[in-house]
Parts: sequence; structure tokens; C-alpha cells
Amino acid sequence: MNIDKRLVRKDSLEKLFDILKQNSKTIYAPSSKNGKISFNVAESFSGIVTEYVQTSQSSKDIAFPRTEKILDYSKNKEGMSVKGTDLKNLPEVILWGVRPCDASGIGELSAIFNWDYKDEIYNDRLSRVTVFGFSCNKSDEYCFCTSVGGNPGNTAGSDILFTRLGENGDYLAEILTEKGSLVVSMSPDLFGKAENIDKEKFLAEVPVRFNHEEIRVKLDKFFESKEWIEQSLRCLGCGACAYVCPTCACFDVQDEAHGKSGSRVRCWDSCGLSHFTLHTSGHNPREVQSQRWRQRIMHKFSYMPERLSVYGCTGCGRCSRACPVDMNILEHLISIQEVTL
Amino acid sequence: MMDNLYMPYLMRIERITYEAPGVKTFMLKFVNEADQDKFSYKAGQFGEYSVYGVGESTFCIASPPTRKGYIECTFRQTGKVTNALSGCEEGNIIGFRGPYGNVFPIDEWKGKNLLFIAGGIALPPMRCVIWNALDLRDNFKDVTIIYGARTVKDLVYKDELKDWELRKDVKLVTTVDPGGESPDWRGEIGFVPTIVEKIAPSSKDTIAIVCGPPVMIKFTFPVLAKLGFTDESIYTTLENRMKCGFGKCGRCNVGKVFVCKDGPVFTLAQLKELPDEY
Repeated sequence: MNIDKRLVRKDSLEKLFDILKQNSKTIYAPSSKNGKISFNVAESFSGIVTEYVQTSQSSKDIAFPRTEKILDYSKNKEGMSVKGTDLKNLPEVILWGVRPCDASGIGELSAIFNWDYKDEIYNDRLSRVTVFGFSCNKSDEYCFCTSVGGNPGNTAGSDILFTRLGENGDYLAEILTEKGSLVVSMSPDLFGKAENIDKEKFLAEVPVRFNHEEIRVKLDKFFESKEWIEQSLRCLGCGACAYVCPTCACFDVQDEAHGKSGSRVRCWDSCGLSHFTLHTSGHNPREVQSQRWRQRIMHKFSYMPERLSVYGCTGCGRCSRACPVDMNILEHLISIQEVTL
Repeated sequence: MMDNLYMPYLMRIERITYEAPGVKTFMLKFVNEADQDKFSYKAGQFGEYSVYGVGESTFCIASPPTRKGYIECTFRQTGKVTNALSGCEEGNIIGFRGPYGNVFPIDEWKGKNLLFIAGGIALPPMRCVIWNALDLRDNFKDVTIIYGARTVKDLVYKDELKDWELRKDVKLVTTVDPGGESPDWRGEIGFVPTIVEKIAPSSKDTIAIVCGPPVMIKFTFPVLAKLGFTDESIYTTLENRMKCGFGKCGRCNVGKVFVCKDGPVFTLAQLKELPDEY
């Protein structure tokens, strides 16, 4: 299929921002706060940060918030009344400045929330989000999207993908979905003709470091390997890797009571935490950290490809950047590839 | 209207039965009749039971689908939620969502002998299948139940055990761990695997359903193998910590298999394919 390609001039982006605001869109974009770049509601175009390899947090909480109410209850004389969460009044969101590795992570999350049972809370939230991907023009040593099937100009997950065309600051806009076309129709004159533009030369170079298909095949026979122990000796089990990951979707369900009423919430959890699988009896199927590290890698590179036909990793490298003891997932995957069984 | 997967049915606690120290059975009825009408399940399935303001906990449905209009659950008071449940009184309202998971293929067992082997608090998941089979008694040949607990006090469903003992179409063997007997105890004394070996039930045309603490299961399987049971004719039901019950929260998996979706019912043959992660 031919992608609808348009040219957006440097100064048109700000106009687009204003038009979207006028159309009552809530815009989430990367901004700098306490020295960290993260997605926040953007009030003005000038507050949007553009010079970054990667935001500290992924954008997944737009559709899968850290803590999310799933129902409210209240006890009264007649008994109990329980109401499911109401997402009717959620705003229409533009997620602006998403890197292709985060955008493609939406596909992985959607696979988890929709295989078998359909999680309509997630779907409802996602249906209100239009994703503006921005291709990467730079990368760092933690990036490895090209080793897991992605690339710095990957269109997957974006509704519109913007690629900056060199120093003059104009953008190539690839209109990828109906939601993307809707944005164009709000401001057609900002999206000019783009002919014969090769975006490849404007993209960051991310060398391929391993082959994820090979890793998947190898992991089939790797469960009992000593490598897991070796790799996870310094793991603190803090779970930071899962919190920054664009595809980690494991969650907990907890009640928050306030007197006679309260709510039930779903909140992020991590397979790296020791109590994650702990039974009430005290038995724990994954009682040591190496088993939990194995679960993390197996889930992403073996179980998910087999059960959901997607890999649970987009190569964003955040887990390595966030790890307090410098565990580097890229190095660990390479060593899994290199170890002889 | 959005379909909220996490929305429990409201259930009224109709009757509470004290089973053993710390163990109770709740008979639950749907507060809204419309919920009752659309609800159906099969033996082996489980649900999430909740006390509002405290949280959810996972147990099997312990009553058989052949008895309509209510469900039962049996739990031991151990953690936060089961403590709160234990504090509930008849007439209180709790939440239940389900049924989740796969089922015991009872229909495929027609014409066979059934051998139930349970230990301790693991009788509840099996009780659903036992009553399901006894309510359709003509479909099966011999029904044997071997049930053990640590002490006489710890045996659950004491009234039903008497029922089964008196029935001519059920062979019941109860046992308690050495030292767990009372002066008037008339059953066996010994660990479940030992008693299975002693009773030596025939494996011919027989399905064995085994459920109990890991150590009991571990030592019972070899005994059954010696008696000639194939891995395909031995069934068990696993439990792992769960939050959602439908394959999303990410914690009950054993290797690539979700206990909540692909289980909780597994044959020994299937179990042998799985890594030791349960």
C-alpha cells in the first residue's frame, strides 16, 4: 500500500499544535521536569522538548495508567452498590513526540490486553489516543530497536510518523491511519506535497547486535541454563526495568477503602519483585532472583512470540538506562546468543 | 456500554459452614436474579472472590454445576482477604467474578472408574467433581475417594464424608497423618501416598484425579505409575497466585502456559511438559 506522504514545514508544527488545541485535544508531549524528560500535558508549543534520544518513562501510561480505578463501591443500608469505572469523559488525546520504539510497543500492549478476553478499559483509553511518532535522528549505546525487528523510522503504532529532514527543520509526515487522516483534515494546508523524499538518510544509525528469532529458538532449550544465575547475581529485584518498559503490562489488583466506600484499582506490578508470585502458604514458584530474571527474558522473547505472535521488547533500552546496578539487557541477550548449550 | 472484565457479581452469603480449624464454606446466591440466569460453569473452574475494601482472592468453585441456584467456596483463613472473608456473616454481600479456566473433561470419562485422591484443603476443588459425578452416578463405574488430612480435625466436609461412607456406590477411604488420629478414629493412619499404595486401586479403565499439597502430589504420582496408571489418565488441578484470572496480569504462568487460561486442570502428561515453576 502506498503511504500518504506530506511535507510539514518547520513553522507549521506550531500551527498544527494550536489547531489541535482549538479542537479541544489534550496534547501529551515530552517536556523537561526535574532534569528528566517525560510526557506531560503540553500547554504551549515552546515547552515541548525535541532534542532527546528517549524519554525517561515510556508513553504506555496513556492507555495503561500506573494506577487506574476499575470500580467504585459503597456500602449502605440496602446492601452494596458497585459501579464500574466510567471513561466517557476522558479527553481525546494527541500523544506527541513518541519514539518509534514506544509507538510499536502499543502493539505489544494491545496483544496482551486482547488475546482471548478483551480488556475494554484499555481499549477504550487507547481509542481516544492519536499517536504522533517522531523518528529518531540520534541514538545512544543502549538502543537496539533494529535487533528486535524495529528501526528508527518504524511506522508501527503511529497514526502519523514525523521524520525531521535534516537541519532545516522541515518534516516528512507519513499519514498511516484513519486517525492520522482526521488530523490532516483539520488543517489540510499545513500538510503540503512531499515528493521523492527518502527519509532513510535522516535516521539515526542503530547497528543490529543480535537476532531475536535466533534468541527465541535458543530459549526453548535454555530454561535450565546457569546463565540466568550468572546474569542476575547483581539484580536487586527493584522492578525499575518493568516500570520504564513500554511493553511490560503485568499488574496487580488492590482495594483502596475510605470508610464505607472505596475503589478497586489496577496498578503496575513487576515479575522482578519477590512477592509477585508468592503464595499465601509461603510457597513461591519463583523464589530466587535468577528465576524472576529468567521469567522476564523468557516472557518477552519466548512466551509472547509463541502465544501472542509479538515480541515483548522494542529495543528502547530504557531498562538498561534505568537499572541501578547497570544490568544491560542488550549485553545479556548477546551473551544468551553466544553461550553454547 | 463498556464491558468491564473486573466487575464482580454481587453475592449474598446464604449459609456459612464451619469445616475445620480456620476453614469455612460459604454458600453464595446471586443478589441479582438476572446474573444467576446467565451464569454457568463446569467442574474445575475457579473465580475471584472479594471483600469490598480488602481485595480479591482466588478459589475454585466447590459446588457441582449439577446443583443450580447457588455456588459454594471453601477457604482457609490465611491471608488478608481470607481473614476478611472469615469475618463475614450470613447475609453479608461479597463479590465474585468468574468462572475462569478450563474444566475436568467429565463427559469423556463416561463408563470409567473414577479414583479421587485428595489431601487437606485440596478436597474442595475435587468435591465439585465428586458431586458432579455422583449426581450423574449411572455414567460411571466404581467411584473411590481417598482423602487424607494432617489430623482428624483438619478433615473438611465431615458431614459429606459420612454421606459418602454410608453410600454403597462409593468407596471412601479416609486417613490422617501418624499422630493426627483421635482415640475414636476408625480410618487409616498414614500419609496419602502410602495409603494409595496399600489400597492399590486398579488402574484398568480408571481415571485418577489427584489434588493436594505439592509433597503429597510428588509422592502419589510414582505410586499411581506403579499401579499402571498412564500419564494421560491422571488429572490434577494447579494453583498459582493470580490477580486477573484471564491471562493478562502475568503471574500464574508456568513456562508458556497460563494456569488461569490453559489450566487449572492438567493431565500428568501435560504437567511433565512444563518447567518446575508451580
